[in-house]
Amino acid sequence: MSKQIQGSDVYTIALHHRFQWEEAQQCHVVLFPEGMVKLNGGAGEILKRLDGKATVADVVADLKATFPEAENIEKDIISMLELAVNKGWLRQINVA
Amino acid sequence: MSVQVNNGVSTSATQTTPLWLLAEVTYRCPLHCAFCYNPTDYDKHTQNELTTEQWIQTLRDARKLGAIQLGISGGEPLLRDDIEEIVIEAKKLGYYSNLITSGVGLTEQRIQAFKAGGLDHIQLSMHDVTEDINNFITNTKTFQLKQKVAAMIKAHGYPMVLNVVIHRFNIDHMKQILEMAEAIGADYIELANNQYYGWSLVNRSQLMPTREQLERAEAITNEFRATNPHVKALYVVPDYFNDRPKKCMNGWGEVFMIVTANGDVLPCHSARVLPNMQFPNVKDADLGWTWKDSPAFNQYRGTGWMKEPCRSCEEKEKDLAGCRCQSFLLAGDAEAADPVCTKSPHRHLVDEAIENAKNPQLQAQPILFRNDKNSKRLIAGELKELTDKFHALP
Repeated sequence: MSKQIQGSDVYTIALHHRFQWEEAQQCHVVLFPEGMVKLNGGAGEILKRLDGKATVADVVADLKATFPEAENIEKDIISMLELAVNKGWLRQINVA
Repeated sequence: MSVQVNNGVSTSATQTTPLWLLAEVTYRCPLHCAFCYNPTDYDKHTQNELTTEQWIQTLRDARKLGAIQLGISGGEPLLRDDIEEIVIEAKKLGYYSNLITSGVGLTEQRIQAFKAGGLDHIQLSMHDVTEDINNFITNTKTFQLKQKVAAMIKAHGYPMVLNVVIHRFNIDHMKQILEMAEAIGADYIELANNQYYGWSLVNRSQLMPTREQLERAEAITNEFRATNPHVKALYVVPDYFNDRPKKCMNGWGEVFMIVTANGDVLPCHSARVLPNMQFPNVKDADLGWTWKDSPAFNQYRGTGWMKEPCRSCEEKEKDLAGCRCQSFLLAGDAEAADPVCTKSPHRHLVDEAIENAKNPQLQAQPILFRNDKNSKRLIAGELKELTDKFHALP
């Protein structure tokens, strides 16, 4: 089942997962038991803003302000978040 | 993308990084598993283990090269009393660290120290749902202990990561094994179908299941996945039963680096069986040189070293001709195609082993448990009847 991302949702990195910058690779990674994922620049920018306090709407607004030249940025952010949630890299803080 | 020039041996089109560092800190082990992939001559390497300082330096050097995932393994790593120090250093360096253990030696005091030191997870080996099979295959009475250790791991807030090596003696219990994993709160379960290296190769005719058993086990795993999506079940495919080889270690010297108890640096767990190879040792070789420039790590990088039928094969990039150790152990030539491949002229060796698995009574021979005495016997060239058909076992 694919998760529907709402603007009011708040996420952070899932339990037992770690998100960090890797100097040697020059990219962000998500680490978890038995595996790791190298993130592209855009995905890294999104995940580093998920501090367990900012809502998805906050993150979208911040990224729009930081990258004003990027088109269709909201759609890309939402699909990245859907992927990350479905992969189990994120956990939702404000589950109703 | 730049191309590394590798001493004229072969070229790699990728800039490789050793993302995974496996530290096999000791070959000593209280268990005697018949399927252990450790070298059968491990007894040579139980008296010359790296010191704590040497391990810490190795962790630092590997981290500089880009290593992120750290496995602390063995043997049984908990037989060393410095794992706590190694864990603290790993955390400081930014590794995602994993203790790979049988559970023997994991006390409340030690697990508290690991938690405080920043160990990220613990992978516990389990063997079966029955005490009989657990104790038989490990040649120890460890069933109750493993149950206790599983509870301890959970109680300390660690993800529950179980590893079960699958072989003929437990494969028909797959459903019960998965139910047990669910019941003890496993987050991950790795169902590692036995692959045949080291002790498990010597015991192959005893351990190999039939194709029908494997198909049933896989169907049960898929059913379990559908009804238990919260448990991540990894199913390691048994390569003998495939038509194409596995891309072993994701490629020689691509992402994986192993440092053995005595400091040898290997691109895969069993590479030391290969002939005419000199593997660098952390005691006297720079780790960056070892990874990037040493002849050993460049020997089978990329596709330039291949011969036919691999060289002209359109699938060569996909599996990189499989496993060099398996080619050597079965066919006597490390550069031959992996005998698992149906395009290999040696495929009949694999088919014969599969055929033999249907008639285990005709293959009756005692299981050779992994212990110091048997290792010494193999080093001395005894037990020829078990090792004759394979290359490179002592």
